[in-house]
Amino acid sequence: MSERKKLLNVKELETTFFTDDGAVVAVDRISFHVHEGEILGIVGESGCGKSVTSLSVMGLVPNPPGKVTHGEILLDDKDLAKLTDKEMRNIRGKDVAMIFQEPMTSLNPLYTIGNQLSEAITLHNKSWSKKQVQARAIEMLKLVGLPRAEELMKDYPHQLSGGMRQRVMIAMALVCDPKVLIADEPTTALDVTIQAQILALMKDLNTRLHTAVMLITHDLGVVAETCERVVVMYAGQIVEQASVRDIFKNPQHPYTQGLIQSVPDMRYKKDSLYSIPGNVPKPGSITTGCRFAPRCAFVHERCTVENPALYKAGQAHEARCFLVEEKAGVVQ
Amino acid sequence: MTDVLLKVENLKKHFPIKKGIFAREVGQVKAVDGVSFDVLEGETLGIVGESGCGKSTTGRMLMRLIEPTEGDVTFNGKNLTALSAEEMRQARRDIQMVFQDPYASLNPRHTVAQILEEPLIVHNIGTKAERRDKVMRLLKTVGLSEYHANRYPHQFSGGQRQRIGIARALMTNPKLIIADEPVSALDVSIQAQVLNLMQQLQQELKLTYIFIAHDLGVVRHISDRVGVMYLGKMVELATSESLYEEPLHPYTKALLAAVPVPDPDFVKETTMLQGDIPSPSNPPSGCTFHTRCPFAQAACKEKVPVLQQIKPGHAVACHLYDDTVTMI
Repeated sequence: MSERKKLLNVKELETTFFTDDGAVVAVDRISFHVHEGEILGIVGESGCGKSVTSLSVMGLVPNPPGKVTHGEILLDDKDLAKLTDKEMRNIRGKDVAMIFQEPMTSLNPLYTIGNQLSEAITLHNKSWSKKQVQARAIEMLKLVGLPRAEELMKDYPHQLSGGMRQRVMIAMALVCDPKVLIADEPTTALDVTIQAQILALMKDLNTRLHTAVMLITHDLGVVAETCERVVVMYAGQIVEQASVRDIFKNPQHPYTQGLIQSVPDMRYKKDSLYSIPGNVPKPGSITTGCRFAPRCAFVHERCTVENPALYKAGQAHEARCFLVEEKAGVVQ
Repeated sequence: MTDVLLKVENLKKHFPIKKGIFAREVGQVKAVDGVSFDVLEGETLGIVGESGCGKSTTGRMLMRLIEPTEGDVTFNGKNLTALSAEEMRQARRDIQMVFQDPYASLNPRHTVAQILEEPLIVHNIGTKAERRDKVMRLLKTVGLSEYHANRYPHQFSGGQRQRIGIARALMTNPKLIIADEPVSALDVSIQAQVLNLMQQLQQELKLTYIFIAHDLGVVRHISDRVGVMYLGKMVELATSESLYEEPLHPYTKALLAAVPVPDPDFVKETTMLQGDIPSPSNPPSGCTFHTRCPFAQAACKEKVPVLQQIKPGHAVACHLYDDTVTMI
């Protein structure tokens, strides 16, 4: 496993938003990587910085007010953070592609599906003939399991259902064989039965095309079913990362533990649900100590003054908690 | 032993589709098409279904926020559908609603105290001092503090706003609360807080809930009985234990199988539904589910199945169980 190539390697990424009330660090020096052909899940609640992370990788952070202020985003050893807008445009859609939460708003309502797919193809394959482009577009629609692909090319987005639109979005993202696909809450706006279809499609495409996927979601069920490894984010930092089994069976950070316990599981009925007290902090509001300390059940003095680092909690398992550091110390 | 608090019979809502300058009616969207169920005193009835199945329209019709096209709603022995507007307004003292979006359902220009006091003013309850007193008491009941009373909704987080929404619903001491997706806009950790609060309030204040949601895990957690809706019809109604352990309707089975389980070791049967939900303006004939049902027979295309009891506390609308019923 460890010999697998790190396709996307993010090092100490920091993204800051310069607002009227001062600079807000939305993503605070996070490091993670995506292996070739794997599905990495990034989980967290609203405001934890998971979406800003994905936008930073795509070079799509709205500027101003946002900016990548530190760190490297290495894709095949090329640093995306240092590229100019023009250079980035050549990479976006070709090497890294993205699908968004709202399939309703991310397609242009005034152009046909065929038109929009062809645009994405021509942009990166300028020499292709019209026929070639057309054929590729139809091939992609078939690949994502859409029926009557030829007729669909002439349809407008409003003629399709939510699930079909998300399939079109996936087709469009994969049209240039990207190395990494970033999916930001791709199934949140969909019904469960349609969500199951889209997740199955994404897993199937991942095994067939070996496209690495970075799946951003708040739904732990989706993570458990699709991802190999998981990064848990809280208040702009990574608090834990491990294999999907370790995250669910042996979570080390109190936040991860609390999060897993607060999900009502359909399979059994619990009398009372565990809940993490307090609220998700606003980005940039906590500066000293562990950011989870105000809500943590195991908080002790050190947590409020010192900022914990990521400590090793097992093989390829890290957690940002002093308890983990102490436990590891005992073992050694 | 327990009494029926609310009885819904053959409730329908058909929205007209209008076209042209004379607004000629060219069709109907059958949002809710003949739904019947009882709600017992002190229980929580969950209603689940995917978007467009009519669960929210049903909830609103119970309070007549949307006028039903047909059918009866009997609350505490009184037929709500026969009441005049003024009588209905008074009846709403006993039935209150909690909405999905805590951002849109609170007036941004009113302080929390004003928001909470309003139902009492509308229903002419108490003196000014008494009302103020009640506002303070309820703020504490839902886990907020007295100093929150003079703040505005934008100063609160999503979870806190939903607490305010719940407090507002409780102001008139209602018997029944209809909660329409009360936690779906909230983060997981906050969702658990609000669910626990709702359960605790139910015990303390002897409330009855109708809990409308699309999240099957949440519904199982909070409900005593659950009804599953598909295209304007209730296809299955059972105790929550029975429904989740032994779903009978093919749609319920598929719906439960589609929910991602937060356990990487869990192996589930794959019964994936093909296709999308048909349009409610042109629903399929017979059983509306026959177009997506893996067990569809010839009879399903012609005959509409009725919701009938298969075993104690478990009713289903599906032709697969016609034989079981005749045997009983």
